[in-house]
Amino acid sequence: MNITVQQHEQMLQQMLRVRHFEENLYQMYLAKQVPGMSPHLSVGQEAVAVGVCTALDEKDYVLTTHRGHGHVLAKGANMNRMLAEILGKETGYCHGRGGSMHIADVSLNIIGANGIVGGGLPIAVGAALSSVYLNKNAVTVCFFGDAASNIGTFHESLNMAAIWKLPVVWVCENNQYGLSTSIKDMLAGNSIAGRGIAYGMPGYTIDGNDVLGVYEMAIKAVEYARSGKGPSIIEAKTYRWYGHGASDNRSYRTRDEENEWKAKCPIIKYADYLAKEGIVSKTQFDSMEKKTQEEVQAAIKFSNESPLPSPDTVCNYIFSETL
Amino acid sequence: MAEMTYRNAVAQAITEEMERDPNVILMGEDVGRFGGAMAATKGIYEKFGAKRVIDTPISEAAIIGAALGAALTGLRPIAEIMFVDFMTCCMDQIANQVAKVRYMLGGQVNVPLVIRTQGGAGKSYAAQHSQNLEVWFAAIPGLRVVMPATPADAKGLLKTAIRSNDPVMVIENKVLYGEKGEVPDSNEYLVPIGKATVVRPGKNVTVVSYSRQLFESLKAAEICVSAGIDCEVIDLKTISPLDMNTILKSLEKTGRLVIVEEGHKSFGVGAEISAEIMEKGFDLLEAPVARVASLDTPIPFSPVLEKATIPNSDKIASAIKKLFTAA
Repeated sequence: MNITVQQHEQMLQQMLRVRHFEENLYQMYLAKQVPGMSPHLSVGQEAVAVGVCTALDEKDYVLTTHRGHGHVLAKGANMNRMLAEILGKETGYCHGRGGSMHIADVSLNIIGANGIVGGGLPIAVGAALSSVYLNKNAVTVCFFGDAASNIGTFHESLNMAAIWKLPVVWVCENNQYGLSTSIKDMLAGNSIAGRGIAYGMPGYTIDGNDVLGVYEMAIKAVEYARSGKGPSIIEAKTYRWYGHGASDNRSYRTRDEENEWKAKCPIIKYADYLAKEGIVSKTQFDSMEKKTQEEVQAAIKFSNESPLPSPDTVCNYIFSETL
Repeated sequence: MAEMTYRNAVAQAITEEMERDPNVILMGEDVGRFGGAMAATKGIYEKFGAKRVIDTPISEAAIIGAALGAALTGLRPIAEIMFVDFMTCCMDQIANQVAKVRYMLGGQVNVPLVIRTQGGAGKSYAAQHSQNLEVWFAAIPGLRVVMPATPADAKGLLKTAIRSNDPVMVIENKVLYGEKGEVPDSNEYLVPIGKATVVRPGKNVTVVSYSRQLFESLKAAEICVSAGIDCEVIDLKTISPLDMNTILKSLEKTGRLVIVEEGHKSFGVGAEISAEIMEKGFDLLEAPVARVASLDTPIPFSPVLEKATIPNSDKIASAIKKLFTAA
């Protein structure tokens, strides 16, 4: 697969943006600077978000989940407006109405971020349907977690997308846990991709910590969808380093298990490969990290200095038309 | 004007709006070739084809979710759920997605989506096919809920809903589909959402109702004539938002209020209107507000039991008369 130096740099930079954004957010949460429930962090899963979104065009639709910061950043969202939203500020993407679980930039065709497990899957079917109807030739990517494969909408949506041959790429980030429960104890049949295969679509199980493998897989699935062949499902095996939320003490798993996965850090793995191949040097990597840290610090400053929404506007945005 | 059935008025509204706007689509279980379980979409598939009239699997959550996804990306879907009772299977999509997405995203999207369904008792369809669940949806900010009683409103409210850029739930009534009435021919016949109408002027008592119970209320009003009671009957047409102005204006004249609904009495439309009256019209009342509603029981199968459960003109007339006999 031909990947330009610039593309490699972009993917690495995007992974660093997700990582540093969330690591800083975690610190802000611990310092009690973040209202609401603890943010759902995707640290450790960056390769899936970046590998998939790099394979997309701007016109392609993305639906994300409660653990969606990475997807949104990788699709091109603005860090200032994301963090401002997480802090409940007027300058946030949703003017403080949504918070961490509902960040989306519709102008980038990210059309939803869902706090309900499995809530986005049927919506993806509709976006794909309209893309075909309106001849947009857009592909819809729907991210979801392993646990979402046990909710009814997963089955209804995969079936519907398959019978209508819709251009959807179902991307399951199998991070091994639904809150505290291991997918090993919750998944009959042992394969989420296999469930997609049962609905008549191609299904692939891949290493979700290998960004190049994810990217290559996504290119194939996106091309398959765009050429009118229908949906496919990618099950990317990965791991969330933090708990379900930042406040979760992870009593349900061992530190040894966590360390095994941390040793498979998708960013280090990719950076090592790029250094070895002479594509991105260690010095370049350091300067990319510095640049990302600066972007995050600027976002923190922007968000802290941003005004809160006025309580007088609390009823804005319920309806588009007054009666 | 043409006389037509309620179901044909529904089909006419959909046909006219699909002709007017190529981005209007219809989707649901059996809505296509079969013409709808209530035959309310007959002929639409033949006219517009499978691309715009989409038969779906029995997957209520995916029907609503897919309609929402299409609404967010350029289409104006009409999604049919065959019975309001089946909304239990897609409640997340309605309550957490459809109703909230615009607000959660800070106004980044519009949701031009119509959810059509039908409810109501009176045909011995038993507990899972006879309910009146409008208050479930009326309790969710972000949704509008309309319930036409006449063929004219079945057309006009649905057309308005289809042209709305916000989600509207249109709850038709299974008993009314075969009823006939005059329906304006105009392609531009639009009945406003959020407006109630006085359908029978009167001076002694205001009777507020909607959907099928409107006709039972009108019969009750006739029964009350012999008792010297002149009822003013209001058709709510829209459940959410309530048109309290029309009710309050009538109450100024009559001083008495009876609310008639086919849903269960507890936590019902009557309860909500009563509370509004306490806040905005207490001084207008010459008697306590009365409610006529279904018993708080699942809707039973046996016709005699069903009849005992739901309101009818005799029960309504008794409730009205009681307001004039109480000390």
